[in-house]
Amino acid sequence: MHKFLIHKQGDFVGVATRDIEANEAVTGVFMDDNSTVEVVARQAVPLGHKIALESLDYGADVVEYGQVIGYASTGWQRGDYVHTHNLKSKRW
Amino acid sequence: MQKTVMGYRRPNGAVGIRNHVVIIPVDDISNAAVEAVASKIPGTLALSHPYGRLQYGKDLELHFRTLIGTGCNANVAAAIVIGIEANWSKKVAEGIAETGKPVAWFSIEGQGELETVRQACWKAQEFVQYATELNREPVPVSDMIISIKCGESDTTTGLASCPTVGKVVDELIDMGATVLFGETSELTGGEHLIAERCATPDVRERFLKTFHDYVSFIENQDADLLGSQPTQGNIAGGLSTIEEKAMGNIEKTGTKPVVGVLEPAQAPTVKGLNFMDTSSAAAECVTLMAAAGAVLHFFPTGQGNIVGNPIEPVVKLTGNPKTAQCMKEHIDVDVSGLLSYEINLPQAAEQLSEVMVRTMNGRFTMAEALGHREFVLTKLYPSA
Repeated sequence: MHKFLIHKQGDFVGVATRDIEANEAVTGVFMDDNSTVEVVARQAVPLGHKIALESLDYGADVVEYGQVIGYASTGWQRGDYVHTHNLKSKRW
Repeated sequence: MQKTVMGYRRPNGAVGIRNHVVIIPVDDISNAAVEAVASKIPGTLALSHPYGRLQYGKDLELHFRTLIGTGCNANVAAAIVIGIEANWSKKVAEGIAETGKPVAWFSIEGQGELETVRQACWKAQEFVQYATELNREPVPVSDMIISIKCGESDTTTGLASCPTVGKVVDELIDMGATVLFGETSELTGGEHLIAERCATPDVRERFLKTFHDYVSFIENQDADLLGSQPTQGNIAGGLSTIEEKAMGNIEKTGTKPVVGVLEPAQAPTVKGLNFMDTSSAAAECVTLMAAAGAVLHFFPTGQGNIVGNPIEPVVKLTGNPKTAQCMKEHIDVDVSGLLSYEINLPQAAEQLSEVMVRTMNGRFTMAEALGHREFVLTKLYPSA
């Protein structure tokens, strides 16, 4: 049973569709082609919140929906919990 | 999707799905008289609001356009207008009367409040009897204006509820209906996606000018927008940036070309998907869309915005299983099965279409049954 969804192939983050616990190995489904991916969560990720599929350096663009949704305001690793503490708007 | 429902055809040909007799105050100080009439005559609806004095310029134009548009809405059978002064009361009433529906206006100065209430009650009784004799008849969904706007969004909005609305919007447009979307600031980060879908260079230019003007206004307020856009509720629901919120928001507009760019509360003149310059605040936005003629609203929510509207029924849907459970008294359609892959998008859209048709035929939405009637005027700047 998948625990997160990814909008598009190439996205850097997925969205938890159930609460994910720290250190849990979870399956995600890409909504555009139904392929799956496995990630080990490094922290807990509540339903609706994001988990990193790619490790990123500080300042890198973050892609979701195949679009840039902000930049990494700290470096992060695959499996990290992604939210306002490490992802910032490029607009305001 | 069902092409015909049982609705009301107004004298000007517009098609509605509710049959309100509204009592509209021109200004804040006429609210008491309006409420007195509505409490005396069952079947009438008071549309109290806090503005209408000493407004000027574009702000006054918007005030009139919103009140007149509200009275003109095809969900309204008849309207009574009450103001402190005669000239503005007459202006609003005459604007509504162009639709051919019964309208009367009263002004308080010169005759007193109690006398105004007495006269307006006589007229309201007459209008209620007129409205209750009107029968529903078969009307095409393609003759209707539908509005869309989401609220208290979270990431499930972009995964489930907004794509569901987008699919139904595409079907409505294919059928020949008109759909309004707005929320200017909430397109930030995805404005290029809307611009690409504009049907002509002129529409694109007007859309981008509207968007940039609004965002410049917001940015010039010199405030930290995190916590306002996205809101605290958005952030609690997992949305991190305005760009991410915009992507989810835009999902509900479907895939069709944008054929028109409208001022707030301006009625569309071209069928199809129209953009209206609005705030992203729910009650303000839905009020403007109803004033532009929308007769039914689709409201995807994540964390559970509970807005309703007095004029157009608000159909709420959520993709968040927790919201579907803990706020079920507000959720008309639960599409959380999309997250677990228990249902697919065509099935979710079918569920929403079915509820849309039942609502058009007269069934109350959750918000209507709970008495949610948020009527909130947009004010552009301080009064003189």
